[in-house]
Amino acid sequence: MAIWLTENSKIIVQGMTGGEGTKHTRRMLASGARVVGGVNARKAGITHEGLPVFGTVKEAMEKTGADVSVVFVPPAFTKDAVKEAIDAEIPLCVVITEGVPVHDSTEFWAYAVAKGNKTRIIGPNCPGIASPGASNAGIIPADITTAGRIGLVSKSGTLTYQLMYELRDFGFSTAVGIGGDPVIGTTHIDALQAFQEDPGTDAIVMIGEIGGDAEERAAAYIEQHVTKPVVAYVAGFTAPEGKTMGHAGAIVSGSAGTAQAKKEALEKVGVRVGKTPSETARLMREIMQAR
Amino acid sequence: MDLFEHQAKELFADYGIPVPKGIVAHTVEEVRAAAEQLTGRVVVKAQVKTGGRGKAGGVKVADDAADAVEKAQAILGMDIKGHTVHKVLVEEASAIAEEYYFSFLLDRANRTFLAICSAAGGMDIEEVAHTSPEKVAKVPVSALDGVDRAKAREIAVAGGLPEQSLDGAAELIEKLWCCFVDEDATLVEVNPMILSADGQVKALDGKVTLDDNASFRQTEHEAYADKAAEDPLEARAKEKDLNYVKLDGDVGIIGNGAGLVMSTLDVVAYAGEAFPGKPSPANFLDIGGGASAEVMAAGLEIILSDPSVKSIFVNVFGGITSCDAVANGIVAAFKLLESRGEAVTHPLVVRLDGNNAQLGRQILADAALPRVELVDTMDDAAKRAAELAAVGA
Repeated sequence: MAIWLTENSKIIVQGMTGGEGTKHTRRMLASGARVVGGVNARKAGITHEGLPVFGTVKEAMEKTGADVSVVFVPPAFTKDAVKEAIDAEIPLCVVITEGVPVHDSTEFWAYAVAKGNKTRIIGPNCPGIASPGASNAGIIPADITTAGRIGLVSKSGTLTYQLMYELRDFGFSTAVGIGGDPVIGTTHIDALQAFQEDPGTDAIVMIGEIGGDAEERAAAYIEQHVTKPVVAYVAGFTAPEGKTMGHAGAIVSGSAGTAQAKKEALEKVGVRVGKTPSETARLMREIMQAR
Repeated sequence: MDLFEHQAKELFADYGIPVPKGIVAHTVEEVRAAAEQLTGRVVVKAQVKTGGRGKAGGVKVADDAADAVEKAQAILGMDIKGHTVHKVLVEEASAIAEEYYFSFLLDRANRTFLAICSAAGGMDIEEVAHTSPEKVAKVPVSALDGVDRAKAREIAVAGGLPEQSLDGAAELIEKLWCCFVDEDATLVEVNPMILSADGQVKALDGKVTLDDNASFRQTEHEAYADKAAEDPLEARAKEKDLNYVKLDGDVGIIGNGAGLVMSTLDVVAYAGEAFPGKPSPANFLDIGGGASAEVMAAGLEIILSDPSVKSIFVNVFGGITSCDAVANGIVAAFKLLESRGEAVTHPLVVRLDGNNAQLGRQILADAALPRVELVDTMDDAAKRAAELAAVGA
């Protein structure tokens, strides 16, 4: 079992004909994901990587039955691409693009809400979602882990890979990279809720980082709603105030958004927080071995 | 990117927002000329990108040009929360009847924009927000609906602004919204927004933060960059498109992925606590998923030119890029630097994990690069890098 992305998911790629789109379409196909086509208004009708390219998301859905879109278009065009996916009411839209202006992501999020939240948006600036052994929508390397019963939600790509790799002997139901931007579609809380409800997930790894208060709100949610064990890791304890650490959203301003505050909020509700990624993996290992 | 007050006000003026007349001055001579040109009473305001400037003595009223020079002598060169004052804004003094607070900002938690408005503006707004939150109106603004004159008025009313200020405030707020959206700002703040003695609503101060992600369509924003205040290493890294932040320690850090690099800084700082002199990270450097030889060389070059670096920790998880490619990148980077006469002389600890880690380690072992050590885990590698920095101390 998995959340949001299963072996039945049919994936289209918006921006498939570009460099990144082409590279990762190949990788997704190689990992066994059912990629069924691409979207590019200017190249409609051609075949790329053996797949049909459609003019619109709507047409691609009608012709292929696609229910997942992965977006690789450049930042300047991301807003329109996501709004098109929302208009087509595709159930899941995974936005990989890095460097989207926050006015654009705030606008497409408001648009999704106004249209009744029929499209789940993951990202932007995220590695995507992978359900090992079932499907893979985005750029998470499929071959570093196995299928299993741990769920993972993370703001960071490489830390996701690190934990997936360290816990590869147990394996994962689904790993969701929600992205490090200030405004994102799917949150830690959305993923925690889905993992709690997923019979295929026994325990959850949550990876956060400095900036905003998403981890604190996730802690409050865990206290009220999550009965499955949660292990967490927070990056950025030594980050200086006022400096953006790689991710647009990773910035400590004043006393807000510090790693220490996030760790304390999580520990207060009984979440074990690892000091390093490896210690976090060890804590999860203990939980899985005790089952 | 944060703007200086004078830049924010120049931007406001472009949108038709009333601001006092002012002139930027870098020296006391320039202050005198500015004050003489403005005539009458002026305000000398330190230009620093931090709050609490008024309380620190960085804002002074002067009666005439001679007085302005005296005040500027005290302010220029002053340190405000670690920011040295290199320039002041000399501004015509305003006759203030009332002080309000206004801002538009990004509300991350609710994924929307927020207008904050209060009739209790001025230096103590944080205190007011804390002790009397009911005096500070927070009005969500949808990115789809925006702010027209009616909405602007509604916000001013919610903030408790008096009747005689509403028209002027609504006009200012509507224009400020245009500035916020058209400039891709994540914050525009006016504190105080004043009602002057002659009944005009004006922006007496201005704080603006611009979204760096929007630079592709806001090309004129580059002119706002404060090149003088930029760390020279950060400036060089930026030229090479490297994601680099200078820190205070002595262990140079290179990694792939923002989260992993942030985590690497933490792990090195923990490990450093056990060693004399407590070695800590000298920088944040994310070379991204690619990790090509050129990027690795550019990264190593920046770190090697940092005189405080005593050891280097290369922490790579092979996900999209496999470790053999990264290892080849390191070997090529060494050769590239050597050919330029910048051979790597510092100890370098490398941790490779993930795809093709064994092959990557083998490539590095075979290359037998001087002073390169391979350590299997991130925690142990951090310890070793900290230890080497301590020994080098």
